[in-house]
Amino acid sequence: MATKTTAPATTQERSRAARTRRLIVHIGLIGFGLIMLYPLLWMLASSFKPTEEIFRAPGLIPETFHPSNYTEGWTALQFPFHHYLLNSAIVVVGAIIGNLIGCSMAAYAFARLEFRGKRLFFAIMLATIMLPIHVVIVPQYIMFAEIGWINTFLPLIVPKLLATDGFFIFLMVQFIRGLPKDLDEAARIDGCGHVRIFFQIIMPLSLPALATTAIFTFIWTWNDFFSQLIFLTSPDMYTVPVALRTFVDSSSQTSWGPLFAMSVIALGPVFGFFLAGQKYLVKGIATTGIK
Amino acid sequence: MSALLQRRPKADPVAAAPAARTRTRARNQGAKQRENLAAYGFLAPWFVGLLFITAGPLLASLYFSFTDYNLIGDHSWVGLENYSRMLEDERLHNSLRVTFTYVFVSVPLQLVLALALAMVLDRGVRGLPLYRSVYYLPSLLGGSVAIAILWRQVFGANGLINQVLGFFGIQGEGWVSHPDYALGTLIVLNVWTFGAPMVIFLAGLRQIPRMYYEAASVDGAGPLHKFWHITVPLLTPIIFFNLVLQIINAFQTFTQAFIVSGGTGGPSDSTMFYTLYLYQRGFGSFEMGYASAMAWLLLMIIGGFTAVNFLASKYWVFYGD
Repeated sequence: MATKTTAPATTQERSRAARTRRLIVHIGLIGFGLIMLYPLLWMLASSFKPTEEIFRAPGLIPETFHPSNYTEGWTALQFPFHHYLLNSAIVVVGAIIGNLIGCSMAAYAFARLEFRGKRLFFAIMLATIMLPIHVVIVPQYIMFAEIGWINTFLPLIVPKLLATDGFFIFLMVQFIRGLPKDLDEAARIDGCGHVRIFFQIIMPLSLPALATTAIFTFIWTWNDFFSQLIFLTSPDMYTVPVALRTFVDSSSQTSWGPLFAMSVIALGPVFGFFLAGQKYLVKGIATTGIK
Repeated sequence: MSALLQRRPKADPVAAAPAARTRTRARNQGAKQRENLAAYGFLAPWFVGLLFITAGPLLASLYFSFTDYNLIGDHSWVGLENYSRMLEDERLHNSLRVTFTYVFVSVPLQLVLALALAMVLDRGVRGLPLYRSVYYLPSLLGGSVAIAILWRQVFGANGLINQVLGFFGIQGEGWVSHPDYALGTLIVLNVWTFGAPMVIFLAGLRQIPRMYYEAASVDGAGPLHKFWHITVPLLTPIIFFNLVLQIINAFQTFTQAFIVSGGTGGPSDSTMFYTLYLYQRGFGSFEMGYASAMAWLLLMIIGGFTAVNFLASKYWVFYGD
């Protein structure tokens, strides 16, 4: 690639200077990274500290190891914490399946098929990406209340199945457009219908885009607070974020240990998905700019 | 592909016969029709979503903004009453002030930090994937309730920040409970999530040909000169993209303000973000007509900013062709 041609006489001197510079850069980057991550590490450490110590000790190593924060936090709310974890899991799995089906179908149409109104509909789809949820939440709430879906998981899952996350349609359209067209043309000449091309050619080749969609849907839905706060109204339906919110509202200064412990539990799955799916995450944001 | 092209000419002589030709045309038209139908079939879920989840509710909220809808009982048409009430609503004006301050302080800081680190990392630093991941992690977690809870402690009266300051003998404030500083803690939180734009900047920097820098070096240009005359101009589309995206995101911030202030937007409305006030009116006191009018103002603001950014981009974004 880019090679630097340096005069032979100064090569050694230069390489030493370059090495020191690199070292300084690394020290700077590591130091900055530590400052960035310190609050997270401290929260993890503090989840094993007695509450009194959380408000006193900025260090990472607990003076006394106090794992009972976890057992205390687990049972501090009306339902044991796994109840909320399970609710979140149901919503997240539903949302992932919904997005994978709904968005990939729409993406196939936009990327591969010719039809009347394609340009207009594609423009509308792109515009919906910009649409803030706050603008549509009131009529959605009224509609879901009308059909008795408030305090169920349906308002959080069904819209995904209806391909309302334009981001993922766009992501998959970009991906499918990059696939060689010969494959589906050959299949069509052999008499394959669109449904078979979609399932047997496009979908298997789109696995990376589907993985990116699944990972982002997981993280966004798991973290989502606004719509879950609005649509889930009784404690037995609460998901993790909504449950944490009632925890923080109800807790006095004395229960920060258990509160931190449950916050760590809440962040755990996101962190796990982050580690497992880094490749897809970085590619995903680099191509579409999603957060 | 080439195999297909070779096979086609052989079929042509058959199609040349007039009867066969019309048959092919009919078949083509049939295929077109089938493709049309197939496309609408694949798009069926999306059309239903458009009707009931996105565009439909968007128009419905415009209608509700002219009514006094409150979920219970009948509603009636009130004309522009909700909008004229917005003109006089001091708390709404305050929430706009808070939100605009947040957007215009946190987004530039976030983007400058993102660009600076992307440039350092772009110089072929060893372990780039690791650094990138570490810096990106806060972007994934930043919007969650758990991190907002952490922030509430870290910037609390006896929180982590004040514990550290205590080492240096400084007595810190209760940052989240002080009206002058509470918004600042949320700005810090948004700046903390600079990783996502940084990854996008990194991808953009990769696109700039190395030879431009080398040519500039030969001409004796210093690093600052190269930055202003090569990096910045060639990166403007990416800067623009990040700017639009982060402004839109920042305008919609809700969770952090809600959790840090316990849902109140306090102390003294200093973290009363626009979306939080909208939530309080619409779902706290069920003034859904008023909330709908507020929602449309938000849409106008975000749409307006996006439009202004796009128009302005003509003058400063360099697309390189």
